[in-house]
Amino acid sequence: MRAARLSVVTAVATAAALTAVTGCTEKSKADGDAAIKVTAADAKCDTSAKSVPAGQVSLSIENKGSKATEVEILFPDDRIVSEKENIGPGTKYQLTAEVKAGSYEIACRPGMKGHGVRQKLTVTGSGAVAKRDPQLDKAVAAYRAYAQDQADRTIPKVETFTNAIKAGNLKAAQDAYAPSRVGWERTEPIAESFGDIDPKTDTRADGLEKGQKWTGWHALEKALWQDKKIGAAQKTLADQLVTDLKDWQKRVGKAEITPTSMANGAKELLDEVATGKVTGEEDRYSHTDLSDFKANVEGAQQAYELLKPVAQKNDKALTTELDKQFAAITTQLDKYRSDKTSDGFVSYATVTKAQRKELSDAVNALAEPLSKLAAAVVK
Amino acid sequence: MTDTQDATTAKSGDAKAPSRRSLIGWGGAGLALGAAAAGGGVAMSRVGNSIDGAAPAAADTGAAVAFHGASQAGIATPVQDRLHFAAFDVQTDDRAEFVQMLKDWTAAARRMTAGKAVGDGAYGGLAEAPPDDTGEALGLKPSRLTLTIGFGPSLFEKFGLKGQRPAALVDLPQFPGDNLDKTRTGGDLCIQACADDPQVAVHAIRNLARIGFGTVNIRWSQLGFGKTSSTTPGAQTPRNLMGFKDGTRNIAGTETDRLKKFVWVGEGDGPDWMTGGSYLVARRIRMHIETWDRTSLQEQEDVFGRDKGEGAPVGKAKEHDKPFLKAMKPDAHVRLAHPDSNGGVTILRRGYSFTDGTDGLGRLDAGLFFLAYQRDIRKGFLPLQRKLSAHDALNEYIQHVGSAVFAVPPGVRDKDDWWGSTLFSKEA
Repeated sequence: MRAARLSVVTAVATAAALTAVTGCTEKSKADGDAAIKVTAADAKCDTSAKSVPAGQVSLSIENKGSKATEVEILFPDDRIVSEKENIGPGTKYQLTAEVKAGSYEIACRPGMKGHGVRQKLTVTGSGAVAKRDPQLDKAVAAYRAYAQDQADRTIPKVETFTNAIKAGNLKAAQDAYAPSRVGWERTEPIAESFGDIDPKTDTRADGLEKGQKWTGWHALEKALWQDKKIGAAQKTLADQLVTDLKDWQKRVGKAEITPTSMANGAKELLDEVATGKVTGEEDRYSHTDLSDFKANVEGAQQAYELLKPVAQKNDKALTTELDKQFAAITTQLDKYRSDKTSDGFVSYATVTKAQRKELSDAVNALAEPLSKLAAAVVK
Repeated sequence: MTDTQDATTAKSGDAKAPSRRSLIGWGGAGLALGAAAAGGGVAMSRVGNSIDGAAPAAADTGAAVAFHGASQAGIATPVQDRLHFAAFDVQTDDRAEFVQMLKDWTAAARRMTAGKAVGDGAYGGLAEAPPDDTGEALGLKPSRLTLTIGFGPSLFEKFGLKGQRPAALVDLPQFPGDNLDKTRTGGDLCIQACADDPQVAVHAIRNLARIGFGTVNIRWSQLGFGKTSSTTPGAQTPRNLMGFKDGTRNIAGTETDRLKKFVWVGEGDGPDWMTGGSYLVARRIRMHIETWDRTSLQEQEDVFGRDKGEGAPVGKAKEHDKPFLKAMKPDAHVRLAHPDSNGGVTILRRGYSFTDGTDGLGRLDAGLFFLAYQRDIRKGFLPLQRKLSAHDALNEYIQHVGSAVFAVPPGVRDKDDWWGSTLFSKEA
């Protein structure tokens, strides 16, 4: 984590084509008649209209399927304009949103997961609609799906960790600690863009503000490795961690992600490595820094790979260099695998100063060209 | 060597108040070898006035020093006030990539020494991209910035350069008393950045390091100070951190003959790619400041062989009087290091004082960052240090903790030339 960071994901949101705004009341004339009927079922999502005028748009949703569903209005890059979760079988719901002119999709997600069944929705009207690059929208949508998937996979791993704590099993909790962080570390810029989650889940002792209660992974890390005991307080912290991370999981879909913020997020992940992991500050009690290190690099690489088709067209030399440096740092990290078959790493306490410098050099070699990715994407 | 000449010129040495540059411009370094280049001291006062006349840049601390030339700037250039020295290791095994970096470095160095920002500057570019230049030198004068590149012995193990290593670039032996820190020793290559403004020197190293990421990485670096005033005729020889005047005699940048004889690699010296270059020895010399400060004045003066106030050699009245070596203690620093005691061995010193805070035991981590240029290390630093390390009274108060040697190639001739072209153009 990093205390009080400016979230790039949020900061560059203005660069995104914000074609919709919720909560605007200027055109409130739309009434029930104008509502789009959405009939959701286990494998379908029928809509009564494919085109509506800009303004207040209402969806009359009926779930005729056997599973609870979720219905969303989505931007072309899959950011959620508005949504309703947990619409039970046989129930109805009216979803209303203020939508500007542009192209959208309505998604029904039976079982409340996955890509869902989609229908196009064109919202007509005047007003400046920023030009969108379909290739970049695709990249953002794929990255969002990746982030969501990482969050979804993290929850059971965190529960393994917290269940061990609640069972008072020190060894099992220690073993589950690093794996529970991987999905989070891979997509950390998104989590940090929400502002309020990261301080609760990933604050280090030195990052606490006055009066702030220390919660999250690192408070538990200290208990498990330094104090070596699990008490009632730790069990409460464990529950809190699951609650906070479920909040994160739910909000990934609404994160404002742009091609620029993806590129900068990748660079930020390397910044995380440079300032927190290479120094051994991040996981100072457990010394599992290399696991976080690896996850940061993987998350950065994921964002890069999705942007690469566009970046390559604009700056071939840059993508050639990035390919080379991602490969180089991966080779470096592989030297520290605890054994060839597992995805675990040796304790960072055993990594010498000279080896840490080697890792740091590899980080610099990758982060420097990575800092030029955003420009290559928007060029 | 120049003893006779010195003896004669010594008499006229007092006649004029020599300029600061003429006296110390070449010798900021010399603590450990305080008098190693003593052969030149009085000669310098002889040419004192002409230095300022011949090198107007020395009179203006803000001016730019020419980057192009037969030899690199930063050696015979009047010594600037501040130093940032960085040793790098090569990270790539791709020769073409390394050569491209040398070209990129040369282009950046050409701009920075002229007082310009790197690449497209520090602002005004794409909002989504970090600026090419880091910006902290904006609005500052060129400050006589010089950037000097050198190639260490380990570089010749790479890129198929094995046959190109100069014989004069020897590995230094472990001298008695050396306590070298590996993390402050060696390096595949180095950049010496000297400027009258510390921020200009640091900016230069920082930006070159940034350009080099992925191709090279910084192994160690050292900041130095020790020049605190700009060129003022009649200014005093600066003092080292032991409180003694340092670098009284050294080779002056205008002394073409002595530079040719002792500093520049000549035609036929071999290898050809080094003609016009020089060899650099860098030593981080820690001073035991606190124990030195508790030493009696008599012992301090005995150790150096000069008096503390004036800097005059033992038995003499003035700093620039010709030293009578036999009047000094046998282990006095000046006596041991003097060219007369070493068959004329002379080196050009260009070092700086350093203070890197304290050492955790409440003692200053301070000393001399010694830099010496010579035509052949085997005939310069090596024999001198063999002797000093064995006998110098000063050894009780100093310890060599870092060491590196570099072959400094000839200068960048023009806008199409680049650092190392004589070495890297010849074979692939």
